[in-house]
Amino acid sequence: MNAQMNSVEIKNLDLHFGAVKVLQDLNLTIGQGEFLVLLGSSGCGKSTLLNCIAGLLDVTAGQIHIGGKNVTWAEPSDRGIGMVFQSYALYPQMTVEGNLSFGLKNAKVPKDEIAKRVARAAEVLQIEPLLKRKPAALSGGQRQRVAIGRALVRDVDVFLFDEPLSNLDAKLRADLRVEIKQLHQTLGNTMIYVTHDQIEAMTLADRIAIMKGGRVMQLDSPSEIYNRPRNLYVAEFIGSPTMNMVDGALAATQFSSPLGEISVEGYAFDGGAPDATPAVLGIRPEHIASGAAAAQMPIRLDSTVELVEPLGSDTLARVNANGAPFWVRLDGQATLRPGDALPIGFDPARIHLFDKASEERL
Amino acid sequence: MDAVSAHLDGPQGPKPRKRFSRNNIIIYGILGMVALYYLLPLYVMVVTSLKGMPEIRMGNIFAPPVEITFEPWVKAWSEACTGLNCDGLSRGFWNSVQITIPSVIVSIAIASVNGYALANWRFKGADVFFAILIFGAFIPYQVMLYPLVIMLRELGLYGSLWGLVIVHSIFGMPILTLLFRNYFTSLPEELFKAARVDGAGFWQIYFQIMLPMSLPIFVVAMILQVTGIWNDFLFGVIYTKPDLYPMTVQLNNIVNSVQGVKEYNVNMAATLLTGLVPLVIYFVSGKLFVRGIAAGAVKG
Amino acid sequence: MAASRPKSLFRNLNAKIAAIPMIITALVVFTGGTLWTVAYSFTKSKMLPKWKFVGFDQYERLWDTRRWMVSIENLFIYGLCMLVLSFVLGFILAALMDQKIRFENTFRTIILYPFALSFIVTGLVWQWLLNPDLGVSNVVRALGWDSFAFDPLYNAQIAIFGVVIAGLWQGTGLIMVLMLAGLRGIDQDIWKASRVDGIPAWKTYLFIVIPMMRPVFITTLVLIASGIVKVYDLIVAMTGGGPGVSTEMPAKYVYDYMFGGQNLGQGFAASTMMLLAVLIVVIPWAMLEFGGKKRG
Repeated sequence: MNAQMNSVEIKNLDLHFGAVKVLQDLNLTIGQGEFLVLLGSSGCGKSTLLNCIAGLLDVTAGQIHIGGKNVTWAEPSDRGIGMVFQSYALYPQMTVEGNLSFGLKNAKVPKDEIAKRVARAAEVLQIEPLLKRKPAALSGGQRQRVAIGRALVRDVDVFLFDEPLSNLDAKLRADLRVEIKQLHQTLGNTMIYVTHDQIEAMTLADRIAIMKGGRVMQLDSPSEIYNRPRNLYVAEFIGSPTMNMVDGALAATQFSSPLGEISVEGYAFDGGAPDATPAVLGIRPEHIASGAAAAQMPIRLDSTVELVEPLGSDTLARVNANGAPFWVRLDGQATLRPGDALPIGFDPARIHLFDKASEERL
Repeated sequence: MDAVSAHLDGPQGPKPRKRFSRNNIIIYGILGMVALYYLLPLYVMVVTSLKGMPEIRMGNIFAPPVEITFEPWVKAWSEACTGLNCDGLSRGFWNSVQITIPSVIVSIAIASVNGYALANWRFKGADVFFAILIFGAFIPYQVMLYPLVIMLRELGLYGSLWGLVIVHSIFGMPILTLLFRNYFTSLPEELFKAARVDGAGFWQIYFQIMLPMSLPIFVVAMILQVTGIWNDFLFGVIYTKPDLYPMTVQLNNIVNSVQGVKEYNVNMAATLLTGLVPLVIYFVSGKLFVRGIAAGAVKG
Repeated sequence: MAASRPKSLFRNLNAKIAAIPMIITALVVFTGGTLWTVAYSFTKSKMLPKWKFVGFDQYERLWDTRRWMVSIENLFIYGLCMLVLSFVLGFILAALMDQKIRFENTFRTIILYPFALSFIVTGLVWQWLLNPDLGVSNVVRALGWDSFAFDPLYNAQIAIFGVVIAGLWQGTGLIMVLMLAGLRGIDQDIWKASRVDGIPAWKTYLFIVIPMMRPVFITTLVLIASGIVKVYDLIVAMTGGGPGVSTEMPAKYVYDYMFGGQNLGQGFAASTMMLLAVLIVVIPWAMLEFGGKKRG
């Protein structure tokens, strides 16, 4: 197979349920071996898109190509995909082995070939001791592994994951996340992964597509999404606690707001600095320097501590600067108390500016 | 295709589906035939009840009436004979109304309080009584018929309306108690706890908190009981006297009486009249009726 | 602590008072009544219950009565037909209804409406439809097929199957609704997974969905079975047990002997046999259902 070939291509995809437009003119190209995460809050259309790719939903308009073939009208089983579901969807009365082999038997794959594939999947996922058990006798993590195995034995190029870790507790989720990443590195398949968890998205993805209202808001690498969010929605969606936002007006490199006049000299504008426009300034809590370090920063503000949240590894503080609230991420050892005065400061290179009206990055 | 996607080649948009695919023909064909089988009896009854006797003897039962007459309905309601009584089904109807209303109220009142006590005020032994009660729902009535006759006789209620009300309350208790218990269990327990912390007692919580939240389940229980009691035959015939017979018993006596010429139109009108109350409830309540029987059938 | 607590009898007093009807019903009517009937089935009671112990006399007489034997045979035929047919038909209808069809509500309303009707009404309706001079048979003959005869209710050999037709008409809708609820309760992801695996729908039903619905099936089974044993009104309205005794049922036998024939002992013995039949079905189920729950 051609290494340069795109694995999955989605062209002008529309999906309407009656009058509700779930997906709108969606275009997406996913490279061979890429790990793409579809990220968004519930109802953004991410799972719907995945179901369209799988062929479980009829699209209203547009095309889907997988492995260079137009599969828009193809049955799910003929698309060269494997799928892992949130609820595992294991066949409860079959053993693990039965679950892995049922689809293959049905596709009339020769017996020894089935045995070989099941054995390999079991080895990769380390579920060999579980093969004779039924799903009811497995833990959540084991079940999800079997569900992944069922996709694995299909020997396909594209794996689809529909929120596979949402039903697991936090600890298991972190473990399986690592395993999925490992799996991707081992197999090198194309993977499309739906989640609402930004940590999963950031850690797993080669590229993330952030979706809202049936559209892709930004499709970029995790670092690009973190460092250069294309619009206000993405900027607020990624990062915890969320980015601090200040409304104001921008004229050339002067940003005027309740904080006062700030020079954003040093900010890398997308186009060029606009003449004069209402704008929003964003700065992530972890990019705000405080105390002595603030003095080194081009932009400096005085603030008062309102609330302190010690998290162990670091401490979050809500401070008030000229009436504007800011979340600041501090060292875990910081000993602040509400009412303390705290000088803060930041570098214009680390800020984000958005057009107030269009919500696009400036 | 619109201009935007005009450059796409090959399959695009929804997969074309034949309107009359083989599958659809089979599915709708079977369902259509089944629907016909189910509707046919109703159709025959309505049509025949609107015909005169000569027309029935001449034609076939599926033919629509040539001359529509409401005479059979009038006759069924006010003139049809059971034995020596010739005052029609109306007496049975009013008897059934008299039986159904208090039976529904009493049985639901008892069962809802029962269910509430079982769900929220578990006391020692409650589960044992409840288990016996549920088990009792499966015991054939026949083994309890005669002991109940004796009990009612001792209470002086045998053959009276209130005797029958008690019988209906007893035999409705398992299913209704289960229904209410499951419903009250499904309500958030914090609500009950909060009320107790606020110092409310057994009856106060029942009347002021549980009742107002339980309207739907009361409606379901009412549908279940009204149809069940209205349709009852066995208890009516055993525990009441002829002048108190419910509609079903009277209907059977009218139709299956051996004397005289069979007046099919009158008989069918009478049958429709008897079926009318549950049918109206069924068609009006729709989804709730389904919920009622599903709740009644599937244990919690 | 203990001293300040009210005596255990008076704890939750209101709840206990509220439960009195339930306790009386469970103990006096259900348990007491049942035991009383079983006990008196060993007596020589005729017109009135009389405590004159005669051992198994009543049962011997019962099993020597042709009418009772026919009743039992009918119960088996009727029960088996109802179980198998209403199960199969109910499931097939539910599966058809589950195909995302249009007019689902209309179809369901039509198929379920007979369930709202009493057995008396059902029995009468089908008595007419199966009447050779009036019903289907007559219509077919009028169409030109002179020799056509379909009169199950007038043929002692097959009369019981006429009753089955009416029973199915009345009860299949309920089975369908229960099965449909069961089908709808199955995780939609299972269907998706089987489509991705390329398993045809009929195979998915057969090998995945039906095994998953076992609890629904068992509950439905117990429900139908315990209903079948009680069947009484349908017979009374439809055939009166005839022709001859060809459609007699145990429940009717009990009623006729208890309240008509003034032979209480026979009625008690027959009803005890009915109880036994139900216990054979219900006890294994209860053990499976509730014994299993404690382990889980």
